[in-house]
Amino acid sequence: MVWRLLGVLPQFLSSIRLVVYQMLTMGVRSLPLIILTSVFTGAVSAWQAAYQFQNFVPMRYLGTAVGKAVVIELAPVLTALVVAGRVGASIAAELGTMRVTEQIDALEVMGIDPVRYLVMPRVVSGAVMLPVLVLFSDFIAIMGALVVAVVMVHLPATTFLNGVKLFFHMSDMYAGLFKAAIFGIIISLIGCYQGFQTRGGAEGVGRSTTGAVVIASVLILISDYLIATALFRV
Amino acid sequence: MIEIHGLTKSFERRVVLDRVDLDIAQGETLVVIGRSGCGKSVLLKHVLGLMEPDAGSVTIDGKRLDQLDRAQLYQLRMRCGVLFQGGALFDSMTVAENVGLGLSENTTKSKSEISDIVAERLAWVGLEGIGHRSTSELSGGMRKRAALARAIAMDPEIVLYDEPTTGLDPITAEGINDLIVNLRERLKVTAIAVTHDMNSAFKIGDRIAMLHNGQIIFDGSVDQARTSTDPILQQFIVGATTGPLEPL
Ligand SMILES: Nc1ncnc2c1ncn2[C@@H]1O[C@H](COP(=O)(O)OP(=O)(O)OP(=O)(O)O)[C@@H](O)[C@H]1O
Ligand SMILES: [Mg+2]
Repeated sequence: MVWRLLGVLPQFLSSIRLVVYQMLTMGVRSLPLIILTSVFTGAVSAWQAAYQFQNFVPMRYLGTAVGKAVVIELAPVLTALVVAGRVGASIAAELGTMRVTEQIDALEVMGIDPVRYLVMPRVVSGAVMLPVLVLFSDFIAIMGALVVAVVMVHLPATTFLNGVKLFFHMSDMYAGLFKAAIFGIIISLIGCYQGFQTRGGAEGVGRSTTGAVVIASVLILISDYLIATALFRV
Repeated sequence: MIEIHGLTKSFERRVVLDRVDLDIAQGETLVVIGRSGCGKSVLLKHVLGLMEPDAGSVTIDGKRLDQLDRAQLYQLRMRCGVLFQGGALFDSMTVAENVGLGLSENTTKSKSEISDIVAERLAWVGLEGIGHRSTSELSGGMRKRAALARAIAMDPEIVLYDEPTTGLDPITAEGINDLIVNLRERLKVTAIAVTHDMNSAFKIGDRIAMLHNGQIIFDGSVDQARTSTDPILQQFIVGATTGPLEPL
């Protein structure tokens, strides 16, 4: 499937309408959940960092620690896991249903390549939308942390935000977004693959859907580690 | 035109098609009959390369399907229309989008040309004015007819019908039979139709083939089928519960 996908990738301009449609559904479907998880991820990481810092590290570094953790790891990985559960599952369920009701066969016999028509728009959209969602998540998580820092830790907002800016490297941001793009591709590809190889009615669709979420989540965590060791030298 | 030669297919060691040979001439309609589960739909799926045979081959216009690359196969399929047994309508689209999809994806026709063709084909199957409806709102018989409209939207030279009249009331079924006969006579369509409906089989077919235990046990003209003394074929045509075939 990956080979056929690479073969049809150049046709993506002519299918731009399908790609845009997938991007919108992907974004709209995931955003509420991502806002929710990001607020609390930011909040809890600020709180935990403050707990670890007390009496050892000055609180003005709170923003630094939280900002780094969010931008490099927490936002990309948690967003990807949420999207895997939300979008990866729905891709597998949708394509799985199309498979068992012969809709994919119907595309084939109409001379429409299902890899171009169904898989490519989803994969391109995953690669583009995940970084966008992660940017949202970065911002919202840091806002969540800011609220905790100000209200609970009684840190002035400017101190916290200066901490975030301190040692902030654009390269960290890029690394996070690069990871997000890889995760987006993983989620869509696994969802499509699971959908395409669905067999056996509604039960089969259920199996594919669960499989898509589990496999994508595991691959996200493994590839996160691999990318980390490749990008960040200790 | 369509040559099926030595086609063999098994699923998990259960042989469904066993060295099936069938030839369909240009402009001819072959009706394939056989009991439920005998492999008629599997046979149709091999004709367009949706399934790969374990042995044997399908040749269309002198081209063996297993020797075509993907682009050539798609090229060939664009000249074909298929009515799937379950309709296989795209449920994320309206009826009109379903019928027009092949045209909008594969041709350079404008939106208004496409909507004219779609309206015409929907009228042919007696579904005028329902193009804007979503496919999930249709009754079983309407789905079948919408799927038929989609199958013939691209003016195919070859049409495969999997049970075109199943689930239709007798009058609508007769209308669909007329439509299929029309396509054969006016547009010289080459067709394979799978059906259990013997009334429809005699009406739309030039020839009838019977599939039984994976093999073609009868292949002849409609008149030969009527007058054949083959006990299995006769029992099937009459629908008798006594004879060589067990009713259940
Ligand atoms: N994808 C598949 N995997 C495994 N077995 C299959 C598959 N498709 C069909 N079969 C089996 O092949 C046999 C023939 O199926 P097919 O759908 O061709 O029957 P049919 O003659 O069309 O019956 P009906 O008249 O009820 O539609 C059945 O026993 C079915 O279980
Ligand atoms: Mg069948």
